[in-house]
Amino acid sequence: MSQKKAMLIDLTLCVGCNACQSACKEENRLPPGEEKYLSLTAYTALDKYNDLYVRRMCQHCDVPTCVSVCPVGALSKTEAGPVAYDAEKCIGCRYCLQACPFHVPKYEWSSTKPRIQKCKFCASRLAKGLQPACAEACPTGATQFGDREELLVEAARRINAEPAKFVHRIYGKDDVGGTSMFYLSPVPFEQLGFDSRMGKTPMPMLTMSALSKVPNVLSVGGVLLGGVWWITNRRAKVQAFEASQKKDPTRPPEDKP
Amino acid sequence: MKIPGLPRITGWHPIATTLILAGAMAAFARFNYGLGATTNLSDEFPWGLWIGFDFLGIGLAASGFTIVAAVNLFHAKEYEPIVRPAILTAFIGYLLVVLVLIIDLGRPDHFWHPLVMWNPHSVMCEISWCLMLYTTVLSLEFAPIVLEKLNIVSPIKWIHAISLPLMIFGVLLSTLHQSSFGSLYLIVPNRLHALWYTPLLPVLFFISCIASGISMVILESLIFARGGRDLLPTPLRANLAKIIAVALAVYVVVRVQDLLTRGALRELTALTYYSLAFYAELLIGFVIPFAMLLMERVRTSRRGLYAATLLVVVGFAFNRMNTAITGLEHYPAQTYFPSLIEVFITLGITAVGFSAFSLIVKHLPIFEPMVAGPRPRKEVVTGRPEPIFISREGGDLESR
Repeated sequence: MSQKKAMLIDLTLCVGCNACQSACKEENRLPPGEEKYLSLTAYTALDKYNDLYVRRMCQHCDVPTCVSVCPVGALSKTEAGPVAYDAEKCIGCRYCLQACPFHVPKYEWSSTKPRIQKCKFCASRLAKGLQPACAEACPTGATQFGDREELLVEAARRINAEPAKFVHRIYGKDDVGGTSMFYLSPVPFEQLGFDSRMGKTPMPMLTMSALSKVPNVLSVGGVLLGGVWWITNRRAKVQAFEASQKKDPTRPPEDKP
Repeated sequence: MKIPGLPRITGWHPIATTLILAGAMAAFARFNYGLGATTNLSDEFPWGLWIGFDFLGIGLAASGFTIVAAVNLFHAKEYEPIVRPAILTAFIGYLLVVLVLIIDLGRPDHFWHPLVMWNPHSVMCEISWCLMLYTTVLSLEFAPIVLEKLNIVSPIKWIHAISLPLMIFGVLLSTLHQSSFGSLYLIVPNRLHALWYTPLLPVLFFISCIASGISMVILESLIFARGGRDLLPTPLRANLAKIIAVALAVYVVVRVQDLLTRGALRELTALTYYSLAFYAELLIGFVIPFAMLLMERVRTSRRGLYAATLLVVVGFAFNRMNTAITGLEHYPAQTYFPSLIEVFITLGITAVGFSAFSLIVKHLPIFEPMVAGPRPRKEVVTGRPEPIFISREGGDLESR
């Protein structure tokens, strides 16, 4: 388990049989059914664009936005790849819902002890050396599980082998700093509901530009304010002393501050 | 504060009581039935009115750190009479914001987790810590007022001894989290509308909180003045107004310059929901009051100043609500309007704030001059840091 795991989703191979979603629901003990959008009962969903089916699920980013924003560290990126969630830590601030660039986490709004729900990348199965339920269930190989680096090589090989079949891009290779879910598509990703404006920089870098200044503000600001106080206080002292000198010129000059 | 004769019958008490009761019932519903049944929040819109209220409360409570810094660090001692009211405003503001935050949390029972579980990469974590620490600082700055009333002297001495580092720490914490509320949105460049999203969000939040904080101080002093308690002479208020004008001018320049460099000005060419919200915010809260405050006539007239600072506060509210709500409505396309329960809880808590303020003003020495009556020596009792430093320095003078 030293290698980071990932999945390659080849949209040209997907026939929309929904086996991935069914297997996911069975694995996670969710009510069965076909859902088009992610929800509390669909950790993966199957959306349709003309004759193309697009699987959605948590992308398990390499530098996850949700992990960076969580104030209590309830979300964490595990070594094997999955982004894990610990409901015992969660305070319910919902910053992850706000920040996730893929709109993945869903919240148990109707509960009085709500948690977030999302794809777990079958972390418990991975730990046992199994592949995720969805990948295992896929009859056409549209969802393929493997080592991250190997899958990237495989994805590039497929594009090179049939350059006319694919748009020349592996979605997830370096979007928002890279994810664990790679998509190959025959049509531009923007047409399939993928947000392509996000760039290659991990989102948490945006916050770090501000947060990294915190120690500086504290140290420089502390010295500066202390200095300001010292100067203004001293000035007031001197003024008060000079005023008293004028009133009482008999005061000995060695008292001068 | 006792007036001989019968008390005046005012509409305030029944209104406040109604609001607080309605708020309490709404809060009861929220805790019993959960957020989903009682709010209009959703997966697409996980933060709403309450976060906006937090922004607002914290921004207006900026009066605390700005005035403390001006008087005790920058030595503008002539503003001393307004320090205690400003600290009280800030203290109440922060307590209410913490209360709203806890109500807003999905797991209020886990509210203490940030104390022991840290994530230094999270702006939210930094904000929780700043809020906790600064509320502690404020309670220490406020404590002497209570202790003075109870005539307990020894802790006041102790607080005095640490008052300078305490104040500096308080100002730094405020600087940090006032701007960090803006940093919260740095991570949603794909969600927040271009008219509000900018890497400069923390800077803009900080500049605008100075304008709104000082506006609150002026508003308060004007309201007290109407009640016959003029804490600040007109020239001093006019000077504060000048600082607001400077902050507003800096804000507008930075904001427009930023829109220009990011190419977001084109969003303003058409009249849309968003551009209208932007114009409303910038004109009401920044441009118009700036123009007003440029006039000596406005700065020295109570009515003029009242109008100008009220505009600043209203525009500030617009700005924060636009950042927290309007700007987020465009992607994924959606609308959000708070539910009645959200509104009632917010109004109820606001009413608690106003009631607490008027109660405390009635019963604690908020307006007392520094030395009054039979209280012990000034250095020990006032709760003001300055006398003890004078005496310490004075000692130096004599020993030389």
